[in-house]
This record gives sequence, C-alpha cells and structure tokens, in this order.
Amino acid sequence: MDARNFQYMFYGFSAAWVLIVIYAFSMLARERKIKAEIDRLKSMMEEKERK
Amino acid sequence: MREKLIYILGAVAAFLFVRNLNVILNVLPDEAQQGAMYRIMFFHIPSWWTAMLLATIACYTNVAYLATGKLKYDAISVSLTEVQLPILFTGLSTGMIWGRIIWGIWWTWDARLTSALVYVLLCCGYVILRNGIADPTQRAKISAVFSLFAYADVPIVWLSIRLWRTQHPSPMELPSEMWHALLWNWLAIILLMIVFLLLRLRQEEMRRELDGLRRLAHAA
Repeated sequence: MDARNFQYMFYGFSAAWVLIVIYAFSMLARERKIKAEIDRLKSMMEEKERK
Repeated sequence: MREKLIYILGAVAAFLFVRNLNVILNVLPDEAQQGAMYRIMFFHIPSWWTAMLLATIACYTNVAYLATGKLKYDAISVSLTEVQLPILFTGLSTGMIWGRIIWGIWWTWDARLTSALVYVLLCCGYVILRNGIADPTQRAKISAVFSLFAYADVPIVWLSIRLWRTQHPSPMELPSEMWHALLWNWLAIILLMIVFLLLRLRQEEMRRELDGLRRLAHAA
C-alpha cells in the first residue's frame, strides 16, 4: 500500500471505530441503569404490598 | 427472538467489517493523488448515506405518530434519530481528517459542510429537547414536530453539491471494485445500525415500563 498519508487514514479509521464503540458502551450502561431502577422499584412495591 | 436477531446481525456485521477492512487495506489499489488517504471514503460516504436513510425513515414515523398518536411510532423515531448520532459524528470527523490532508484545512463553511453540521446540531437538539420534557405525550408531539423541521435540512444537505459551488467533491466515477467495497461497507454499517436500533427500541420499552412503575409507586 502507498504509505503517503497512511497516518491520517489510520486517524480516520480510529475516529470512526472509537465513536461507534463509545456509543455502544454508553447504550449498554444506560440499559443497565434502567434495569437497576426497574428492579429497585419492583422490590420497593413488593415490600409495600407485604406490609 | 429479538435477542437472537441482535446477536445474529451483530455477528454478520462484525464478519463483514473484518472482510471489508481486508479488502479496503490489502486488496484495493492505491489512488494516484491521495495515497492511502482515499480509503477513508469507505467509512465517510456510507456513514452519511446511512444517516440520510435513517432520517428519512424517522420522518415517516414522525408523520405516522402525528397522524395516529401511537407512542410506538415515537419510540421508533427517537431510536432512529439517536442511533444516527454516532454515524453523523463519524461522517463529520472522517471528512474533517480527509479535508485536513487533501484541502489543507480541517473545515470550511461551504454549503455541504455547513448544512451537514446544522443537521448534526439539530439531531443533538432533538435529544436534548426530549430530555427536557417530562410528559410522554407532550414530549412525543413536540419532538415529532421538531424532527420534521430538522428533516427539512436533509434535502439541502443532499442537493447542496448540485445547487451551489462547493469545495466538497461532487459524486465521481469509481472503478467497479471500489464501488463494491463501498456498498459492502454500507451493508455492514446498516447491519450495525439495525443492531443499535433494536437495542435502543428495547430501552424505550423498558423506559415505558419504568414510567408505569413510577406512577404506580407514587399512587401507592
């Protein structure tokens, strides 16, 4: 492969992948947060019902 | 079923990305003037195509929401718009890196770049706007109208290189092997976006469940 501008091509590819990976991780983190909140509310309501 | 589909599509997309990277880096010939740099277009161009495609589907679902009032269309719209953000920023950043080498500048305020940036900012505005409205029906209605307003910029982005003289290159003739690589990478990006979309839709369903639980908790 022609080595001219290879460094900037690498930066371009990296930017694309880093942005996609950041988005994927942020989405997974958000899902975990919503799940935890649902579980917390469910257990809180179960406790209220028991009382 | 959806879980399985997410895994299958994710695996196919990953396989295609590896295959495409091999083709882009090892099989395709070099471009005479740009050197290795031209290979960025295999991410830059399909990113924008995908964003425009998702925006067009979101436009349809927004109209569907306003016509029917069904919140499922709002869930699809917000998922489509939010999933666009990573590829919009990919399109912007790869374009800027390419411009830095080929034009000698990171950015220029020509019609294509400016209208594209306006669209990215409108999408960010849409997400921020949604977070600021608590009532689900009001949120859905206002954001649908805002999204349709944002969509008005899409044809401007698309046609800007034909309507005005821009620094951004016009569509050019490509050898068939480069076209194939471009289309294969577009397919991989579309599959990845479908995976993101399915995950994001699941989150919207969970959020609706969470809203219901909160209401019950407050009422009890």
